[in-house]
Amino acid sequence: MGYFEGFRITFKEMFKPRVTTSYPEELRPKPERAHGRHVLNRHEDGMEKCIGCELCAGVCPARCIYVRGADNPTDAPISPGERYGFVYEINYLRCIHCDLCVEACPTEAITESKLFEFSFTNRADAIYTKRELLVGDDGRPQRLPWELWSDDDEANTSAWVRATASSGRADYEGRVGWSAELGYGIRAPEVGQAGEDAVATADDRHGHGDDVGHGHGGGH
Amino acid sequence: MTAASQGLGGFQDNFLTARLDDVVSWARRNSVWPATFGLACCAIEMMASGAAHNDLARFGMEVFRASPRQADLMIVAGRVSQKMAPVLRQIYDQMMEPKWVISMGVCASSGGMFNNYAIVQGVDQIVPVDVYAPGCPPGPQTLMHSIVTLHGLIGEGEIGRRRAASGAGAGVRLETSPS
Repeated sequence: MGYFEGFRITFKEMFKPRVTTSYPEELRPKPERAHGRHVLNRHEDGMEKCIGCELCAGVCPARCIYVRGADNPTDAPISPGERYGFVYEINYLRCIHCDLCVEACPTEAITESKLFEFSFTNRADAIYTKRELLVGDDGRPQRLPWELWSDDDEANTSAWVRATASSGRADYEGRVGWSAELGYGIRAPEVGQAGEDAVATADDRHGHGDDVGHGHGGGH
Repeated sequence: MTAASQGLGGFQDNFLTARLDDVVSWARRNSVWPATFGLACCAIEMMASGAAHNDLARFGMEVFRASPRQADLMIVAGRVSQKMAPVLRQIYDQMMEPKWVISMGVCASSGGMFNNYAIVQGVDQIVPVDVYAPGCPPGPQTLMHSIVTLHGLIGEGEIGRRRAASGAGAGVRLETSPS
């Protein structure tokens, strides 16, 4: 019987349900605040939010962002204001997804989606330019053919984290003060750490603060 | 009338045909054995890829070989210091052809945030890298994405053709002696 005694764990595990996900076909849900590939956002009228200030490039610990600003053409401005991001490149073989660029950005131009399922066959492919990073006209990130997007990747972007951050003020908690993304990332604020239920006091600059949300007004 | 004179129509049994290249690349694709080359925190994610939740055995690569002679793929997981570089190259040289390299994580791929004198700024300065997996560290999903990418490259046979043409790879070639 000693022989079977040694197999006790083996036999026990045999009747447990399988935990393996068959990866390329079946994707596991990602954590709420996962950091992934960046997106460059637009205003509602289609103008780019980036003003070419290079704060993101300055704060990046891995020095993976390269920005060059240029003066807006007066007849057809690309961003509101004086300057715009003429060149915007992120090297994804340097980026460590720390989100410091997102925090540094004064115009909420750069946020992160949750996509991290991509790989490259040479180093030049890993440098994303503005062409890849900019959101489309519908305000949603481009789904590039070599990336494996699942539907919730663009739902809870890092903009939402910043929108519900306390910013050092206790009464800021639980309000959407900043959620200027188009169509995605806009959702109900998290329940405050103080314990009281969050009241969605968003001024709803865009008029659709809650209905686009993903039904996650707290509860965690 | 004999079967031979009827050509293929004379056969009584079923059979499959395939290009030999396709069969070989299919076999190679489905049994890529990685060498263990975990150097830093990326190795933890590499181990997680081999564990039950992600289970690299689905790709036929659950055996992480400790001997480079039995491995086909080197997953460089972690930052490569200047002192580790000759060791890494030696491990690579000891692997048998055909062999592939996945550069896992930003440190192995380009030095990442360690842009200093101690870290090799990209392992492709030492060995030819086939697939780069971005991330710090790349999760098991990203690693498996790069593995699927590598499988696609092996399946096309593109890597072998490119290496034969450019002379890249280990630099070891079997020359047919002019008899």
